[in-house]
Amino acid sequence: MAHGVLGENGKERQPRRRRLHFPVVEAFFSDAGLLSLFNVRVFKTVLQPPYEIREFLKQSYLIGNKSLALVGITGFIIGLVLTIQSRPTLAQFGAESWLPAMVAVSIVREIGPIITAVICAGKVGSGIGAELSSMRVTEQIEAMQVSGTDPFKYIVITRILAATLMIPVLTVFSDAFAFYGSFLGVNLRGDVSFTLFFSQALTKLTFMDVFPAFIKTFFFGFAIGLIGCYKGYNASTGTEGVGRAANSAVVTASLVVFIIDMLAVQITSLFM
Amino acid sequence: MESPFLKAATPPIEPIQEQIGQQTNVIEIRHLKKSFDDHEVLKDISIEVARGETLAVLGKSGAGKSVLIKCIVALLEPDAGTIILFGKDIAASGKKEQTGLHNRIGFLFQGGALYDSKSVRENLEFPLRNLKIKPSLEEKDKLVVEALTNVGLTDAIDKMPSELSGGMRKRLALARTLIQKPEIMLYDEPTTGLDPITSREISRLILGVQEKYQTSSIIITHDIECANIAANRIVLIRDGLCVASGTYDELENSDDEWVRSFFEWHADHTKATTAMQGKKSAR
Ligand SMILES: Nc1ncnc2c1ncn2[C@@H]1O[C@H](COP(=O)(O)OP(=O)(O)OP(=O)(O)O)[C@@H](O)[C@H]1O
Ligand SMILES: [Mg+2]
Repeated sequence: MAHGVLGENGKERQPRRRRLHFPVVEAFFSDAGLLSLFNVRVFKTVLQPPYEIREFLKQSYLIGNKSLALVGITGFIIGLVLTIQSRPTLAQFGAESWLPAMVAVSIVREIGPIITAVICAGKVGSGIGAELSSMRVTEQIEAMQVSGTDPFKYIVITRILAATLMIPVLTVFSDAFAFYGSFLGVNLRGDVSFTLFFSQALTKLTFMDVFPAFIKTFFFGFAIGLIGCYKGYNASTGTEGVGRAANSAVVTASLVVFIIDMLAVQITSLFM
Repeated sequence: MESPFLKAATPPIEPIQEQIGQQTNVIEIRHLKKSFDDHEVLKDISIEVARGETLAVLGKSGAGKSVLIKCIVALLEPDAGTIILFGKDIAASGKKEQTGLHNRIGFLFQGGALYDSKSVRENLEFPLRNLKIKPSLEEKDKLVVEALTNVGLTDAIDKMPSELSGGMRKRLALARTLIQKPEIMLYDEPTTGLDPITSREISRLILGVQEKYQTSSIIITHDIECANIAANRIVLIRDGLCVASGTYDELENSDDEWVRSFFEWHADHTKATTAMQGKKSAR
């Protein structure tokens, strides 16, 4: 009771601080600034021993295991649907034989990476955000610190590295499933053997199709891990902080994935 | 033993040992201040704990007891004042030193702070990974089993924390804190939420740890019985200040009514029990 009275008095005495006129804009910039600082801290700590190899492997396994089915199914469906949808257009030009190659290029360059990244932003990003924020709320992060383990290294660095490694792996899986979906899509009307399909699809793929697309998936993974950890690690205490952290991890990570994609396309086109 | 060399060497060492053993305070807090925004939680707290001493801290809910011990382990940064552990100011120590310090301090969180994603065994093994001398697998196993036996949880070794009851979680948290055999123990409400029998057992366990390892402890508690069993000295915190300090008996018979009110339930309880016993014997 005594504290309540004190608190009220305190509020009466102090005039309310004036907020900026655009709270959304202010929140955006302060968030972006803090995220950058968090990023700097990640780069500073990542090379310092001790390296938490076991935890890193465990997190990699969890991320891969958790998302593999979803990524595979989505990739398969996208490959199938893309093939079915593209066929009429190509048929108009009499270029149906280009179907595998065209689908392959779209999947490898864009659809595989972006679909995987967005799915993982939802699944991995929100998972990390929720897990870390609940660790924060229940004081597990503090407990780790007090027991002499650096929680930043043990929790944050391992998860970011795991996401950076696993999103590319998952993308490869997704691409493979999409190819298979596409193979079935081609075969719905027509009869193309597995080997013919793949030789048609893969011979048209160049180094510049594959390499930049592969590189950008590492950035997707890093961004997803980083944002999930940032939101979770700095969650406000209280149970509603967990939901908020998970939610805003998904939103921010998806947005950042698209921004990275846009930049990646711009940069790649410089070398084409 | 009879060697003259040893005899000559012994005397100069003794006074130093005595100094370390008895005179130094392991924890020294001077004029600690901590506020959140414009809410002054701790205004001016000064506390000392000698080696091997157990201090109980009492105070109303929200008085800032948890904040106080979080300042001691540097989870919160005080606004003013100094905290000296083992003769060293913690504000002046670097990150490495702090990690070293953390290995010598055990902290029992009010909510347990168990690692949800780890099993009971892994929870207990976690603090051991930072020990200077790395225990072998068998030693680890032995320590884990011993820690669980101490709190009566041997059956739960392969369970997940979410499968445990509230009291079991509390006991597991206590076991995890004690497994490091720290020199300083900070307990945040070790017996809250436990039945009276287990509470008493935990209080005795705390006392036992203190006697066996000469641990210096601070116990935050609302459980007067726990303070009575385990603590040598009691400090009361109110409005961010230490308002009273003394042994259980001194404070129970204090002139200040507010101070006495902390002990009233227990006093009533004892009186009631004695009265009942009196009635029984009268019959
Ligand atoms: N991180 C924080 N940010 C803002 N205020 C805080 C924070 N931690 C504690 N407080 C405030 O400090 C005051 C003291 O909190 P503390 O947790 O130390 O109480 P306590 O004495 O441990 O109470 P209890 O016996 O209920 O555990 C409370 O009013 C609380 O609102
Ligand atoms: Mg508390």
